[in-house]
Amino acid sequence: MKILVPVKRVIDYNVKVRVKQDQTGVELDNVKMAMNPFDEIAVEQALRVKEAGDADEIIIVSIGPIQSQETIRTGLAMGADRGIYIDAPHETEPLSVAKLLASVTEKEKPGLIMCGKQAIDDDNNQTGQMTAAILGWSQATFASSVSLTKDNAKVVREIDGGLETINIKLPAVITVDLRLNEPRYASLPNIMKAKKKPIDTLTTEELNVDVKPRLSVIKVEEPSTREAGIKVNSVEELVEKLQAEAKVI
Amino acid sequence: MTILVIIEHDNENILPATFNAITAALKLETPIEALVVGKDVKQISEAASKIEFISKVIVADSAEYAHNLAENIAPLIKQIAQNYSHIFAPATTFGKNIMPRTAALLDVMQISDIIEVISSDTFKRPIYAGNALATVRSSDPIKLITVRSTAFEAAEKSGGTAEIINVEGTGSIGLSEFVSSEQSGSERPELTSAGIVISGGRGMQDKSNFTMLENVADKLGAAVGASRAAVDAGFAPNDYQVGQTGKVVAPELYMAVGISGAIQHLAGMKDSKVIVAINKDEEAPIFQVADYGLVADLFEAIPELDSKLS
Repeated sequence: MKILVPVKRVIDYNVKVRVKQDQTGVELDNVKMAMNPFDEIAVEQALRVKEAGDADEIIIVSIGPIQSQETIRTGLAMGADRGIYIDAPHETEPLSVAKLLASVTEKEKPGLIMCGKQAIDDDNNQTGQMTAAILGWSQATFASSVSLTKDNAKVVREIDGGLETINIKLPAVITVDLRLNEPRYASLPNIMKAKKKPIDTLTTEELNVDVKPRLSVIKVEEPSTREAGIKVNSVEELVEKLQAEAKVI
Repeated sequence: MTILVIIEHDNENILPATFNAITAALKLETPIEALVVGKDVKQISEAASKIEFISKVIVADSAEYAHNLAENIAPLIKQIAQNYSHIFAPATTFGKNIMPRTAALLDVMQISDIIEVISSDTFKRPIYAGNALATVRSSDPIKLITVRSTAFEAAEKSGGTAEIINVEGTGSIGLSEFVSSEQSGSERPELTSAGIVISGGRGMQDKSNFTMLENVADKLGAAVGASRAAVDAGFAPNDYQVGQTGKVVAPELYMAVGISGAIQHLAGMKDSKVIVAINKDEEAPIFQVADYGLVADLFEAIPELDSKLS
């Protein structure tokens, strides 16, 4: 079985996001970028499935500007086998991404698509579910545990207030949550090896998908900032303030 | 303009976030309609019919909807969607699971997690974990929207007398089945819904020291969280993580203990109502967002706090 792992290049989680002066978006120039952290968990899980003998090839897909190839390389350095890069604008929406992934899926015929539950830039939380819908596949969102059999996946999902276990038929789309695993770091030899792994390039035209956005961004602004409060001198004063002034305990 | 709101329920009660989603929908139009989907949902349908400003409740009561499986619910919503200009759902794990699947079946781009309704096609939503706010306009004929519950008041649960209309089920797609569920209600509350959260950072120094926080949490009925630095250092499990790469929380009280206040952590908790910071470094950035700051050694302050709460 092949596993397709879509990954997104986003602003590194350590970097402070700055809204552009003209309010058209956030500043992306000269900003450190990295793989979406939830997608790293998806890559890790796919690798574990392969290591357990339940998959034979892990394909990393990324959609976006040319630098997305670096993000694919990160996945290859973690241990994935090859990459597919799809040349598209940075702001390609989840609906278009899902159509592109469905189109790649028709060519590659993976048995499983594993991706992050959301990207930490636009926070949409849509791509996996939309891809499953377009393909007519089952979906398991917010996975915190995945066990595969030949035709099924048993997935524990993190839902509000607890956990839910479902059994889904393969092929399927699984979106992963935090608890699933802790991604490995790429070793230096693997980083070197990754440089030789193949990355194919495709265009949205070749995949026959119209990526014109349905949402137009009118404005992007800074949220109102929080003011610093007061310093208390003792635990006793803190407890008193929380009880009498803030009334939260 | 005709608006539908999807009711989230657990077969006994309508879940709270639904009422916030209703308020968001009512910003555009009064009255609105509601959809109740599930198995044995008579009680829920009746409760929904009493909600103020709901004029019609569509009910799909059928075995295939028993466990909120998106594969079965999305085709139902798609089938009735043509009657509506907008479909709202709460941005809970329920809404986040079914709505994008429905949106793709309808070939529309969902508008996720809105915090403000500006007009019938324009909405405001947080991006980058709330570090920026985007105002977006949809060109799709049907707007599918999920609503961040903390951004809207709850609608009135009574005062309405809606008619109830039953519709046929769309059948089981047969792709997925429910196995079991486990509510974490027995011990500590869940991070994202807790009224109080107490989190530890790298300053905790060791995994075993988190017991101190757990003791305080149990006295306050709080959930325990951690910064990414603490998780990366192995002090706390990954699912404790509060921040842009973890969970986004907005409790009544957030206590940051031994947390410096990295940007990615602040993104996950800055919308909390009251923030307390305990840190021995008075220059720590966390103090810039804290309502109450205590410059102290946490290994003295936390046991003292614990005893003061007894």
